[in-house]
Amino acid sequence: MKYTGAQILIESLIREGADTIFGYPGGVLLPIFDVLYDAKINFILVRHEQGAAHAADGYSRSTNKVGVCMATSGPGATNLITGIATAYMDSIPMVIITGQVLTTMIGNDAFQEADIIGITRPIVKHSYLLKDVADIARVVKEAFHIASTGRPGPVLVDIPKDISTETMSSPNYSKKVDIRSYNPTCLGHPMQIKKAINAIASSKKPIIYSGGGILSSNAAEELQKFVDITGIPVTSTLLGLGGFPGTHPLFLGMLGMHGTKYANYAITNADLVIAIGARFDDRVTGKIDEFVPKATVIHIDVDPASISKNVHAHIPIVGDAKCILQQLNKEAIPPKINDWIEQIEQWKKEYPLGYKKSGKLKPQFVVEKIYEVTGGNAIITTEVGQNQMWAAQYYKFDYPRSFLSSGGLGTMGYGFPAAIGAQVANPDMVVFDIAGDGSFQMNIQELATAIQYNLPVNVAILNNHNLGMVRQWQELFFNKRYSHTSMTVQPDFVKVAEAYGAEGIRVETEEEVVPALKRAISSKKPVVLDFWVEEEENVFPMVPAGASLTQMIEGMA
Amino acid sequence: MNHTISVLVENRLGVLARVSGLFSGRGYNIDSLCVGETDDPMISRMTIVTHGDNKIIEQIEKQLNKLIDVIKVMDVTKEDHVERELVLIKVGVDEGQRGKILEIVEIFRGKVIDVSPKTITVEITGDEGKINGITEMLKPFGVKELVRTGKVAVVRGEK
Ligand SMILES: Cc1ncc(C[n+]2csc(CCOP(=O)(O)OP(=O)(O)O)c2C)c(N)n1
Repeated sequence: MKYTGAQILIESLIREGADTIFGYPGGVLLPIFDVLYDAKINFILVRHEQGAAHAADGYSRSTNKVGVCMATSGPGATNLITGIATAYMDSIPMVIITGQVLTTMIGNDAFQEADIIGITRPIVKHSYLLKDVADIARVVKEAFHIASTGRPGPVLVDIPKDISTETMSSPNYSKKVDIRSYNPTCLGHPMQIKKAINAIASSKKPIIYSGGGILSSNAAEELQKFVDITGIPVTSTLLGLGGFPGTHPLFLGMLGMHGTKYANYAITNADLVIAIGARFDDRVTGKIDEFVPKATVIHIDVDPASISKNVHAHIPIVGDAKCILQQLNKEAIPPKINDWIEQIEQWKKEYPLGYKKSGKLKPQFVVEKIYEVTGGNAIITTEVGQNQMWAAQYYKFDYPRSFLSSGGLGTMGYGFPAAIGAQVANPDMVVFDIAGDGSFQMNIQELATAIQYNLPVNVAILNNHNLGMVRQWQELFFNKRYSHTSMTVQPDFVKVAEAYGAEGIRVETEEEVVPALKRAISSKKPVVLDFWVEEEENVFPMVPAGASLTQMIEGMA
Repeated sequence: MNHTISVLVENRLGVLARVSGLFSGRGYNIDSLCVGETDDPMISRMTIVTHGDNKIIEQIEKQLNKLIDVIKVMDVTKEDHVERELVLIKVGVDEGQRGKILEIVEIFRGKVIDVSPKTITVEITGDEGKINGITEMLKPFGVKELVRTGKVAVVRGEK
């Protein structure tokens, strides 16, 4: 029997364990879509290819499996770009299949041709242009392997139409991958582990600074054990939230620009910083010269290029966070840090996270209620802006993979399609997209996707009728010159929801919040909650860009 | 300081673009770049001359290593090594100066590979010092064109 390239492609995806493809059709994909017509794989037809990429990303972040998306050549492929870049910046394993024009036409400016390999080169971990049907099975296998191992990331496979129609008789679905130039490290070097053990044992003011790497390497359990053994407090990056229980007494919340004061004080005063799967991003460090001035830095990361890139690591350990934490847990000696813990408790009491009540509905209040009503048993996605920061500050993420947010790229429009992807992967979970009115409009069209596939995702718009985060910067740093950040024209989100066949609820007072949330959770339909919140509310504390972490602006006074 | 970085890569479509794109995208400099097949036709070697402080060079090495098609990266500057570059220099000649030019070429052990009534083209191989040396010497005669291959390098001994 002869198999077409399209058949081999889909069979290869299934063999890699892919159960869902998020995508959109087009001319050069027709042979592949013909196979998808009755293939044993779930296909989610989105309404814009950007939605497909973010949905695959949300699917991946909520499961740690490789997300798969697909788009046609030319405009379909270019519509994926923001989603690919988002996944790349946050190290999310994804396989992207793009259609391409006939191999004989490539380079001729053919109809719907785009050099997607070239365009995406800086935002993929790797990419392949298929030129032979005999390569398909191997390439798909390699793509999944590369995407999901080492520092994960998106891998793009570009398949010309004639390759998907070409046939061969015995496709080679090999069991193992052999890429001589690619061998990610797992275990940490024993010498470095030894040094780390010693540094930990003799530290007086240690802190763990944990990042998204904890989640990508499935190391939450090991991290908790490490903390159980050593008693060292933990602060987390935005992407690391959920990697350590948000309700744990040793958790200090997020650090950095909108981190808690006590986390920022703690890391600045620490004598030992144990960075795990985090990359010292400028939103975390503030002014780099004044970041962790007194500390010895242990940096655990699977990507050697992340180590000592921004902050010098005294004890670099290259390897997988899970493996290395297991190594450390075998030998770790708890340091004597009672005074340090007391000091931190003092800071916690002195500088709690908080907001001022006024007569109006506060966005922070809404987030707190989402936490209370769901009991933390939900997947929260966010958009970008104030909504994202309030979600990070006021929701306590106790479980890995319960917080999905575009950290590195900061992509408005990420949260809603990501929520759809997460809901597809976790049909029984409650899923909320904590959104801004600006961001939600960037991929609002995916309401139709949610309806079509009966996905009861909830959107909680913290509607401040503004591009709030930018407005906040204008207020604080540009003399209140509100240049083009007011969304004076806005659709009626309740009606929009209803027009799509979803439910819409407007909420303007505190009393209405909990009933509306309960209604949303119990509804079988997607629900858009339009919370009209205080328009001029700001996110505090805040470290101005380029300032040191201890120079926090406070809004409470 | 200049660094000569030797990179073994899979001899595949697009590898050069991945490497050069990495340099341009991250703002690293390429002073010269030289690519060719190795004894194994599946593998190419790129010799890249770049400059930057230690931190940048370290990042360049690490980022190169991250590319899937890169097999091995070595900063040969850190090793005992030999470097060579080949240069073709076309020099203008006025009557009566031909002899002087040939003398210089002789001293530097260059080769004359083309002559015309008004030009001499010289081939010269060597390290940077030698190349700079002969270029300086020939300048007064009027260098019409100078073509350099970029450096290639090899580590001495068995390594
Ligand atoms: C695609 C994209 N465009 C622009 C920005 C810059 N940006 C960051 S936050 C923000 C405002 C977001 O407004 P909204 O979604 O209403 O959320 P809010 O800050 O009000 O919660 C903008 C424009 C971005 N992050 N992403």
